[in-house]
Amino acid sequence: MSELTAENIWFYRGDYPVLKALSFALSAGECLQIRGPNGAGKTTLLRVLTGLLQAEEGVVRWQGQATGARDSGFLASLAYLPHQPPLKAELTGAENVHFAVGLRRRCTPQDVRAALRRVGAGAFADRPVRSLSAGQRRRVAFAALHLDTARLWLLDEPTTNLDAEGQSMVCELLEQHLAGGGLAVAATHQPLALSAGRLVALELSGVGE
Amino acid sequence: MDWTWFHKFGSPPHVYRLAGLLTPWFAWPAALLILGALYGGLVLAPPDYQQGDGFRIIYVHAPSAWLAVMIYAVMATAAGVGLIWRMKVAHAVAASCAGVGAWFTVVSLLTGMLWGKPMWGTYWVWDPRLTAQLILFFLYLGYMGLRASIDDTSRADRASAVLALVGVVNLPIIRYSVEWWNSIHQAPSVMKMDRPSMPFDMLAPLLAMLLGFTLYFGAVLLIRLRAEILRRERNASWIREELT
Amino acid sequence: MSAPGVFRVAAWVVQRDLRLATRRPSQVLQPLAFFAVVTLLFPLGYTPELAKLRAIAPGVLWVAALLASMLALESLFREDAEDGTLEQFVVSGQPLTLLLFAKTATHWLMTGLPLTLMAPLVGGALGVPFAALGGILSALVLGTISLSLIGAVGAGLTLASRRGGVLLSLLTLPLAVPVLIFGARATELAIAGDSLTGPLYLLGAVAVLGVTLAPLAAAAAVRIGLE
Repeated sequence: MSELTAENIWFYRGDYPVLKALSFALSAGECLQIRGPNGAGKTTLLRVLTGLLQAEEGVVRWQGQATGARDSGFLASLAYLPHQPPLKAELTGAENVHFAVGLRRRCTPQDVRAALRRVGAGAFADRPVRSLSAGQRRRVAFAALHLDTARLWLLDEPTTNLDAEGQSMVCELLEQHLAGGGLAVAATHQPLALSAGRLVALELSGVGE
Repeated sequence: MDWTWFHKFGSPPHVYRLAGLLTPWFAWPAALLILGALYGGLVLAPPDYQQGDGFRIIYVHAPSAWLAVMIYAVMATAAGVGLIWRMKVAHAVAASCAGVGAWFTVVSLLTGMLWGKPMWGTYWVWDPRLTAQLILFFLYLGYMGLRASIDDTSRADRASAVLALVGVVNLPIIRYSVEWWNSIHQAPSVMKMDRPSMPFDMLAPLLAMLLGFTLYFGAVLLIRLRAEILRRERNASWIREELT
Repeated sequence: MSAPGVFRVAAWVVQRDLRLATRRPSQVLQPLAFFAVVTLLFPLGYTPELAKLRAIAPGVLWVAALLASMLALESLFREDAEDGTLEQFVVSGQPLTLLLFAKTATHWLMTGLPLTLMAPLVGGALGVPFAALGGILSALVLGTISLSLIGAVGAGLTLASRRGGVLLSLLTLPLAVPVLIFGARATELAIAGDSLTGPLYLLGAVAVLGVTLAPLAAAAAVRIGLE
C-alpha cells in the first residue's frame, strides 16, 4: 500500500510552471530517487512535500490523509535534509546535533555521541562547524537524521561533497532506514547503491513550453 | 449555501469586466458631487465668523483625511481576505489601494499645513491629527516599500498583507497614543469645528464632498484594479481574447 | 516515541540561542555600546548642563533604546533563515508561533534587558535623579518587551526581501510610536517625582497585546519569508 502519494502537483514560479501535473506513489521500504537537470524542480518538489511551499494545484497524501504546512502529525514523521546542512557555524557538531534532535524528540548526550561515531564524525564532533569541510558538515547532519525517528526522509543531494566511504555510509543508513519500514525521497544525480526493489525513479524533465 | 458568487469574485476576468462596467457609476456621481460641493462650499457657504474664508480649505482637507484612514482599512480588509481565502484578486485590490491612500494622506497633510499658516502663523504645529496623519503616511510608505522589495508577486502580496493587518490593529493605538500625548503637552488644536452646530449651508457641502471623494476613490480604485489585473495576468489567454 | 512537550522545546530554543550568544558576544554587546554612544552625543551636541539635559532625558533615552533594539533586530531571524535553522523549525512539527516567541524572548534577554539595566548609568549621565531610576527601569522593561515583539514581526516580514536594514526600520518605527510616547511620558513623570502608574498601565497593555498577537504575525511572516 502506498503511504506517500502525490497527485497532479502543479507549482509555479511567477508564470512559469516548475512542476507540471506531477504524480507518484511510494510504499514503505521504498526510496524515490528524483533525477533531472539543474532547474528541473528537484528541490522545489522536496519543499512542496514538506509543506514549506504550497502547490497551486494537487495534493500530497501521507497514509491517505492530505497533508498541509501546519499538519504537525505529518511533520513529526518527516525529516528534511536540505542541500545545505542546517548547522550553526558557531556551535560544535555535537551541539548542533543535540539541539536539532532536541526539537523533535528527547535524546541524551550519549545518543548524540553514538550517532556521530556511526556516521564517522566522532573525530571532529567537538570542533565548531565553522572549521569543518563541506563533507564533514554533511556527516554531522546525517548524525541528526540517524537519531531522528521520522519515517519519511526527504534528502536534497544527500551524497554531495562526500568521499566514497561517506557515500556508502549514506547508502547503508538509507538501506537500514528502508529495511525498518521507512520511506525516503532523495534528489540526486549520483547512483544510490540500494538493494533491488527499493529504488523508484522519477525523472523531472525541466524546461517546459 | 451557494458560494459561486464568492468564486466569481475570485476570478480575474470576471472582476476585470465588472470593474470596467462599474467605473462610470462611481466616476460621474463623484464628479457631479465634487463640483456641486465646490460651488456650495466656496461660493454659497458664508465665511466663518472666526476664521473668515480660511476655513474653506476644510472642504478638501476633511475628506482627504477621512479617505486616508478609510483606504487603509479597505486595504487591510482586502489583504486579510486575500490571506485567508488565498484570493489573488483581493491582493490586487490591496495593492491598488496603497498608492491612492498615500496620496490622500499627503493631500490631507498639505491642506492641513495651508490651513495652519493663517491659524497658527506657521505651517507646522504638532497638532495631534496632523501628527497621526504623518505616522499613517509612514505606515503607507512601509507597506509600499515592503511590496516593492519582494520580487515574487505572491510572496509580496502575502507579506504585505500581514503588515497591513498588523498596521490596522496598531492604527487605533497609535491614534490614541498621539491624542494622549497631545492632551499632556497642550499643543494648540484649531483644526476642529467644535461649535455645537455648523450652519446647514456650511455642513451640506462638506457632506457632499465626503461622499464625492469616497466615490472618486471608488472610481480610481476600479481603474487601478483593472491595470493591476492586466499586469498580473499579462500571460493569461483571456487577456488576449479580451483585448482583440 | 517520547515527543518533548512544547515548553520543553521552547526552553530548548532559548538555551540554544543563549549558547550561540556566548560564542559571538560582539553581536550582543554592539547594540549596548551603540545605546551608550548615542546618549553620549547629546551632552556633546547640546549642552553639558545637567538641568537642561534632564529636560530632554526621557526622549533621548527612549529614542536611543528604540534605535539600539532596531539595530539588534537584523540578526534575530536572518541568520537562522540563511543557514536553514528556521526551515527546520517549520518542519519540526512543533508550533512555529511558540518557537519564534522563544527566540524573541531570548532576543529580549540579550538586548532589552541589558538596555534596561544600563539605564541607571546612562540616565545618571543625563542628570536623571537617583530616585527616578525605579520608575524608569520598570517602564523600560515593559517598553523593550513590546519593542522586541514588534521588531520580530518586522524581522519576519523583511526575510522575503533581499535587503533588510533601512526597510526594517521603516516598517517597525511607526508601529513603535505608542511605546515611545508612553515610555517617554513615564520617564518624564518619574524624573518629576510624580506617579507614573497611568503610562505604566498603558505600556503594560501594549506589551500584553504584543505577546498575544506579535508571535502569530511573526510566524505567518516567517512562513512567507522562507518560501
